[in-house]
Amino acid sequence: MSSSDPRASGLNARRTTRSLGAGFFASELAVLFRRRRTWAMLLALAAVPILIAVAVRISSSGSSGRGPAFIDSITQNGLFVGIAGLTIAIPLFLPLTVGVVAGDSIAGEANTATLRYLLVSPVGRIRLLVVKYLAAVVFCLAAALTLSIAGILIGIALFPVGPVTLLSGDTVGIGDSLVRSLLIALYATVSLLGLSAVGLFISTLTDAPVGAMAATVVLSIVAQVLDSLSQTEWLHPWLFSHYWLGFADLLRQPIEWSSFGQNALLQLGYVVVFGALAYGRFSSKDILS
Amino acid sequence: MIDGSVAGSTGPAHASGLAIETTALTKRFGRQTVVDDLALSVPRGSVFGFLGPNGSGKTTTIRMLLGLAQASDGEISVLGERMPQRLGSVLPRVGALIEGPGFYPFLSGSANLRRLDSADGFAPNGTRSARVSRALDTVGLGHAADKKVRAYSLGMKQRLGIANALLAPRDLIVLDEPTNGLDPQGTREVRSLIRSLADEGTTVFVSSHLLAEIEQMCTHAAVMRAGKLVAQGTLDELRSAGTTRVIVTTPDADAAARVLRTLGLDPGHPDAPGPAVTATLSESIEPEDIVAALVAAGVRVRGFAVDHASLEDLFVALTGEGFDVVQ
Repeated sequence: MSSSDPRASGLNARRTTRSLGAGFFASELAVLFRRRRTWAMLLALAAVPILIAVAVRISSSGSSGRGPAFIDSITQNGLFVGIAGLTIAIPLFLPLTVGVVAGDSIAGEANTATLRYLLVSPVGRIRLLVVKYLAAVVFCLAAALTLSIAGILIGIALFPVGPVTLLSGDTVGIGDSLVRSLLIALYATVSLLGLSAVGLFISTLTDAPVGAMAATVVLSIVAQVLDSLSQTEWLHPWLFSHYWLGFADLLRQPIEWSSFGQNALLQLGYVVVFGALAYGRFSSKDILS
Repeated sequence: MIDGSVAGSTGPAHASGLAIETTALTKRFGRQTVVDDLALSVPRGSVFGFLGPNGSGKTTTIRMLLGLAQASDGEISVLGERMPQRLGSVLPRVGALIEGPGFYPFLSGSANLRRLDSADGFAPNGTRSARVSRALDTVGLGHAADKKVRAYSLGMKQRLGIANALLAPRDLIVLDEPTNGLDPQGTREVRSLIRSLADEGTTVFVSSHLLAEIEQMCTHAAVMRAGKLVAQGTLDELRSAGTTRVIVTTPDADAAARVLRTLGLDPGHPDAPGPAVTATLSESIEPEDIVAALVAAGVRVRGFAVDHASLEDLFVALTGEGFDVVQ
């Protein structure tokens, strides 16, 4: 360095104002999507509609009238495969993958000892929580879209495709039905916002990522079990899983938005409460990992 | 407690002269006090050795200095600003290696550094890649930049940790046990790196449980024992605080001991009938006067030596010997 004040120029220059964290968010997404684990989970999710479609195609001896919703519709229209895949993945597979990502968010950094270096950088504890949460939301969206798109593609490949008959009896064109598939994927993403916030909070409690992941997944199952018991009916509207399968209203003409709104409001409540809990816990936590 | 001139000075006038200052810093975990009433004074521009056996509270202190852990009591100022209140403006000027490196094993060395650099809101994006490769070259990891950290050896990870501390221009660098896992060559490189950082005016705060390491590169040192600061000052101050002995080699041991006693020294009783008599030198007597007195008394002096206690003796005296981890 020949410059008289090396800090003023070149590699030693500093920003005078602090960046908002877009660069760090990009880095967080890069780390998330560079992990083989993330791709393995997305591939496993993509396999759900593919397996359904192949199984139905092989044994398409006609409708038995049993089995999960939308399965019967597949043989008539391949565009339903994506919706059938989401229906089957929502109770277990989706919460499982979201539990892994959200549960790993802080505890995983503590486990690799990178948490202390991020905080000393300094990333700022609030900024770290916000970025981790947003990355989890991006993963939820990626997971729901993966299910949808894989389902639509395999449906087009294996079954006839045409105008879709909605639950209200109306028929819409292929373009409109693709938009509705996208809306259902968005519905599933919104449904997982609450669980992601719960996972983020649990992740601030421990340095063991596996524990945080397992606890998040178990909670999602407990919520669904409680939701199915008539004894806990008073609790049902407050469970984050209550509206998980309530996207049928998006298959009516005109679209019935109220369930989307109720779901979004409930999820927002969970985000606020568990976001506050995560902040309360993490902002004053001694980082000893 | 040995108090150097630096440690004695407090007050706002000196705040700018100190890179790190703590007053009554205390950390309790439950009922256990891990750091007890610590008053550290690290002058700017110094290479400050933070010595103490394992479990003496060094790393906990460093975690508090960097805002990772909250102090139970006391105050911290780093680079003239209060911590952790001013964390956002202090930490960008501080590089740190804390209790071993921490990296994502599935990312390459340079990807890891870019990731940590992006977390610093004041680090410019435009120069990131150039700064990362400069830091990697500085620690000799340029050839392994694109290797996954999973494949790094312990020493390479340690180097990468040091590279992380050097990503941006720093006013203070905190290195917790920087030579852990390094081979002798790596240790020498770290030592010369610390010296070159100090030459550029960076304050370097190095913790270690190895005295030799501190003695070779530091200008100042503090010694911890069981969470308490037992000594602090320049290396010379610490050395002079140790005792100095005179050793007289003579066949006339009894006569020599008598002469030393008349001079006010305490040679004790030579427990082995050896040819040497030793006594602790007090400041009021010059060594040459002792020799003169011995010769005048007819003692056949075959050898005379003034022996300064080494820092190691002092370290052992201050922290205890052996492997006991003080609780």
